[in-house]
Amino acid sequence: MTSSSTVLNAQAVARTIRRMAEEVVELFDGTDDLVLVGIQRRGVQLADRLAAVIESIEGVRVPRGALDITLYRDDLQTVGPRPVVGKTHLPWAIDGKRLVIVDDVLYTGRTIRAALDELADFGRPARIALAVLVDRGGRELPIHADVVGKRLDVAPGSRVDVMVTELDGHDAVELVGGGKG
Amino acid sequence: MSAAPIGKDLLGLEHLSADQIRLILDTAEPFKEISLRAIKKVPTLRGMTIVNLFFEASTRTRISFEFAEKRLSADTVNVASSGSSVSKGETLVDTARNLEAMKIDMVVMRHGASGAAKFLADRIRSNVINAGDGTHEHPTQGLLDILTLRDRWGSLEGRRVCICGDVLHSRVARSNIWGLRKLGAEVAVCGPRSLLPNAIDELGVTVFGRIEEAIEWAEALNILRLQLERMQAGYIPSLREYNRVFGVTRERLERSPRDLVIMHPGPMNRGVEIDSDVADGPHSVILDQVTNGVAVRMAVLYLLAGGRPEVAEAAKG
Repeated sequence: MTSSSTVLNAQAVARTIRRMAEEVVELFDGTDDLVLVGIQRRGVQLADRLAAVIESIEGVRVPRGALDITLYRDDLQTVGPRPVVGKTHLPWAIDGKRLVIVDDVLYTGRTIRAALDELADFGRPARIALAVLVDRGGRELPIHADVVGKRLDVAPGSRVDVMVTELDGHDAVELVGGGKG
Repeated sequence: MSAAPIGKDLLGLEHLSADQIRLILDTAEPFKEISLRAIKKVPTLRGMTIVNLFFEASTRTRISFEFAEKRLSADTVNVASSGSSVSKGETLVDTARNLEAMKIDMVVMRHGASGAAKFLADRIRSNVINAGDGTHEHPTQGLLDILTLRDRWGSLEGRRVCICGDVLHSRVARSNIWGLRKLGAEVAVCGPRSLLPNAIDELGVTVFGRIEEAIEWAEALNILRLQLERMQAGYIPSLREYNRVFGVTRERLERSPRDLVIMHPGPMNRGVEIDSDVADGPHSVILDQVTNGVAVRMAVLYLLAGGRPEVAEAAKG
């Protein structure tokens, strides 16, 4: 039987997102030209949460977009039946903007590489930063996150599951398989 | 063999399940957005080679496939029968084997013989997409027609669609009938008896002999091209007579009790099966069909290219 343990409960997720929002504002010294881009699926909800907290701190509604990286994956020739393609929604020009890519878990870095490739097809932002709720280690590419909610050292056979109320009914981060590396 | 969720090939809609058809339509939705981007290209099929093998002349279907292939970054080669070794007597199998020996991944084929796509698909490892075989099927046209109606209505369940015109020679009609009925729509056909196949009602469709009846019954008309090149055989008395009896005109549409959706797979014979003010009118979704065609073909290419176990096995090593 697969064991699982709660890394962050709902309250801890809320506290973590609040801190991440503050770090984003600090990183960019304000919200001028700031845009949050969530990676489908749970990155989109996390970007919405970050935007809500930033609005409560700064009084500014930061624009948000959604990025689906499925068509930019580098392993489509090797995976099984095609993954479902989600929607990319960037309703404004990103040239000169300061983008924060938001995702739930940072692992190998391949999703972020695909996201950077996709963004390059939309324009040339002034700067791109990465904010993730969990950095589980195990990178296969030279990619790092600028804002991290929780750092974990997770063995390759284990999984980090992020739950968000909008899709899963509650907020939590769980470690499935248990083995920390 | 590919583990693609719609099988190795797309030969028609007759043998696809409703879920497989919905999967293609759902996959097409996000592909629409790519055609609106400044850079209309994603790297998904980079490194794959697709041959567009057109044994019959076709402009819009071939261009639509070519756009879809290029927007997915595949390498494409167009082969037309005239001037190729086919015109020198080479068999279809020899052509296919030669293409496959050049390590192609997919073939998109239009052929004048019904069943030609299956014949090819049974003999080569590459994925085969039927771009129209004789009077049998034209599955991607059927899918794009269904997507256009689903965009308009949200669901096909219980909706009434009438296919009007030269059903006898139409591959579009069969793909539409099978696909629409699987998704819960009611389907009718309307045309002169000489242009309706025998036993068409065995496909589960209502048959109307008068266009006025079809207009009163239907919520959408899919108006087929009168295949003028076949009209020497005396299927109808004259084009003028056809337009007078079966032409979809504004006057006739005004007698409809509802706002009919007007479709046509093109190319249109204006003033024959459809009048210009109908083709260009507010109820026409003809250009939406063309736009959706690229998205549907991108979806089919994407789904067929998925999951190649032999590549996965090699990658493990």
